Amino acid sequence: MSDVVVYRKRRGVELSMLVFALALPFAGYLLTEINLHGQLPALLIPAALVWTGIGLAAHFIVRWRWPYADPLLLPCAILLNGLGIAMIHRLDQMNNPIQQSAERQLVWTVIALVGFAVTAFVLRDYRILKRFPYLMFLAGMVVLLLPMVPGLGKESHGARIWIHIGPYDFQPAELAKLLLVIAFASYLVDKREVLALAGRRVLGFDLPRIRDLGPILIMWLASIAVMVFQKDLGTSMLFFGLFVAMLYLATERPSWPIFGAILFLAGAYGAYLAFDHVKVRVSAWLFPFADWDKNYQIIVAQFGMAWGGLIGTGWGQGRPGLIPVAKSDMIFAAFGEELGVTGMLAIVLVYGLIVARGLRMAIAAKDPFGKLLAAGLAFVFALQVFTIIGGVTRLLPLTGLTTPFASQGGSSLVANYLLLALMLLISHQVRRPELTPGETPVVSLADDRTQVISTPAARVHAQPAPAPPASVSPPAPASVTLEPSNDIVEALAAEATQALDVPPAEPHLPDPPKGADR
Amino acid sequence: MNGPIRKLSGFVMLLFFALLANVTVSYVVRTDSLNANPQNRRVTDSQFAQDRGPILAGNTPIATTAPVQDRFQFQRSYPQGPLYAAATGYYSYLYGTSALEQSQSALLSGRSSSQWFQHMIDLATGAKSKGATVETTLDPRAQAAAAQALGKLEGAAVVLNYKTGAVLAMYSNPSYDPNSLASHDLTASKAAWEAALADPTKPLSNRAAKEIWAPGSTFKLIDSAAALEAGYRPETLVDAPTSLKVPGTTVTIDQNCGGTSIPLSQALAVSCNPAFANLGMKLGADALRTQAQKFGFGQKFLPEIGNSAASVFPATLDVPQTAQSAIGEFEVAATPLQMAMVAAGIANDGAVMTPYLVTDVRAPDLSVISSTTPKVASQAMSASNAKLLQQMMIGVVENGTGTRAQIPGVVIGGKTGTARTDASRNPYAWFVCWADDPSVAVAVFVQDAQIDATDIAGDASRPPWLAPSSRH
Repeated sequence: MSDVVVYRKRRGVELSMLVFALALPFAGYLLTEINLHGQLPALLIPAALVWTGIGLAAHFIVRWRWPYADPLLLPCAILLNGLGIAMIHRLDQMNNPIQQSAERQLVWTVIALVGFAVTAFVLRDYRILKRFPYLMFLAGMVVLLLPMVPGLGKESHGARIWIHIGPYDFQPAELAKLLLVIAFASYLVDKREVLALAGRRVLGFDLPRIRDLGPILIMWLASIAVMVFQKDLGTSMLFFGLFVAMLYLATERPSWPIFGAILFLAGAYGAYLAFDHVKVRVSAWLFPFADWDKNYQIIVAQFGMAWGGLIGTGWGQGRPGLIPVAKSDMIFAAFGEELGVTGMLAIVLVYGLIVARGLRMAIAAKDPFGKLLAAGLAFVFALQVFTIIGGVTRLLPLTGLTTPFASQGGSSLVANYLLLALMLLISHQVRRPELTPGETPVVSLADDRTQVISTPAARVHAQPAPAPPASVSPPAPASVTLEPSNDIVEALAAEATQALDVPPAEPHLPDPPKGADR
Repeated sequence: MNGPIRKLSGFVMLLFFALLANVTVSYVVRTDSLNANPQNRRVTDSQFAQDRGPILAGNTPIATTAPVQDRFQFQRSYPQGPLYAAATGYYSYLYGTSALEQSQSALLSGRSSSQWFQHMIDLATGAKSKGATVETTLDPRAQAAAAQALGKLEGAAVVLNYKTGAVLAMYSNPSYDPNSLASHDLTASKAAWEAALADPTKPLSNRAAKEIWAPGSTFKLIDSAAALEAGYRPETLVDAPTSLKVPGTTVTIDQNCGGTSIPLSQALAVSCNPAFANLGMKLGADALRTQAQKFGFGQKFLPEIGNSAASVFPATLDVPQTAQSAIGEFEVAATPLQMAMVAAGIANDGAVMTPYLVTDVRAPDLSVISSTTPKVASQAMSASNAKLLQQMMIGVVENGTGTRAQIPGVVIGGKTGTARTDASRNPYAWFVCWADDPSVAVAVFVQDAQIDATDIAGDASRPPWLAPSSRH
């Protein structure tokens, strides 16, 4: 640890941003009702109460359990979730009789928040997750491949990525996403040295030993299986990309992403040649107008976004109901139509914020597992957003991934709130001040003088006035926990000056470490 | 591990940048073509559900919109039914738009770029956008007279103001009722459309401007113009053998024109085929073609109705074909609009005005969004020669084939025409003319004459309003 950065809790910031995050979708809901029905919704008060309740409940869970958590994550997630519900409600109005899927989505939000809360209370430390890499891996694999089980899996819109149990549909890839990130992170933390160093170098690639390579090959095969049997390029790309990225992070070897990209391109091209449904997706992407009937969804979504133009038609004033499955896969196109290019860019940026905070947290994390886990979660989230939004906007072939937090669907919502909980937990642990009174390092200056001098204490040492370390914000409550270190600082200063044999008042020592060596 | 995380973050940043860039580029590059796609239901439906501005002929609305209680909210209607269909076109949910409804659609629906500012204000204030009013050049009296004159005959009539090029009447018979296509009862609309397509008389076609027909002897006006431009005078004697053997063929052109050597003016008055076939061969195909092009052959006019058909004078002709072409047969073909422009050009001292159908477009607050200034399309012949040709045309009406077009107190010049390009059917009949007051040029075309061309001169092209004194 080279520097002590003390984070403030920023729960007040989170709350004030949460107010916007709650208000914006609710305004969308009101506008929808006014524009479509010419009056305020009958359920105005209950809806407002439930929605505010959801936001505040989430906020207080965070405030209570993860007071140091990143303040941006929750408002962003609530905003996206709320916009999703508002848009689903808006799309409900297009059916006759009016559907109730927004209400169901609201119920799922509550269920997801329960999962969020359970995580908050059960999981005190994310490092516990490190303990079961193989179990997590196995569980993740099983869940991921579940839709291939006959009778359980369900094919819809050309992809077999759903399972249905009774009246409920689940997209198990969402849960597998979490399990596999945890599994990869814990596995790779164990094996990173072996993967990086053991083995031989062939054609400029550092190839690991076969036995270390096993899980990697299994993962690659699983991705191929997903592509072949579930007919889903998106999920395949998501997991393979995730794995390659985490492998790269763990081993720090750039040969992995290159190798992974080659494997993926080869696999994708092979799938293109081998499978008609992949050809259909690719042609729908490149030449949507070549086949009106087959590519209807992507064409109509395009029409919708074009119709929305720069600022959109406004809530309730477009016709997103024309797009097939607008509530789930194509919800981003519905936003494009009613909120315009402006809205689309804003939504992408909100997703970008979540990802950026996740990656920032990975850099700040102190242990490799935390780094890998945070980076993995952020990356898989980013890749999913990229794949689905890219698919809807014709940057990529369209695949059946969900739009995190916004799409209709309980499994996706629950999984993403769990992902959010993990991110918040990691960020809480990362941002929480390390130095609590009980853990105050006993500095033995005799043993370890040069290292100690490189801490902020060194700066204090350079300016021996009783000012606190520069990087500590004075009014923050965090500084309280640093107070013990002031004692160290003084002790240090005393020791150092003795060693250097200069008066304490002497300001601006030119180069303390050198001086210490003298 | 921070180095790789930073690099990964850079990669993620690229992904998000790609998303943002793609959305932006799609908006810039694709929006217009997607919104112009006729299969885009959002656009068609929203246009269909608009308070579309009216189309006027004078002060008479010929297409209006009224609010109704159904999913499209506004019903387009055409108060005069089939009368103005060739000009207004239709406005159908299933079959789109045509003619003025198509070319002026952006203005009528209030979505043209010139109305953008008002549109933004309407968006902001929540007001429903109202479309602009399109004021046409059509004169209800002329249009009604044209329809009345044609009666049940298949054909077309075009009336131009030859001083400006304004189209005063454009009627194609039989016509269709655009109301039936604009119906919100889509089943009825479909039935009407299919009935119109199945109708052998082709009511949906615009015979006045979008179809070309052999002009027959009316083409002799162009021969005469070419001759005058080549130095002939009305009194110049031309050969008029009673039976002209077309060189290189066994074809003869027979007609007794009252002498074997007659003045050019007499040849025109009696519509002497041997004389003009001879004249055409003497002047040559190129001279005839050049003269025809000066009157507008080969060009498309009236973008307001999605462009007229271009009239045709064949590109390469041998001598016998030239002879045939000179009397308006072989492969020469013209729209009634074009032949009206020929008469108009002559009447306007050689200056052919560009025909136009829209005078002004006005916003709902009556401010003018756009207005048309008359333009000269070309100078077809010198003013002095044009005056000579005017006199020759007056001769046709006073003592030639067009005597039945006489109206007391009005100076009228005309030319009859009959085109028998196919022995298996009745000839086309034409009459083109101009009057000095009001300054109008008229072309009347009857597809299946069953009558002599001189009948048309009397029946069809003498609309009552042509003599304003008789009306006031």
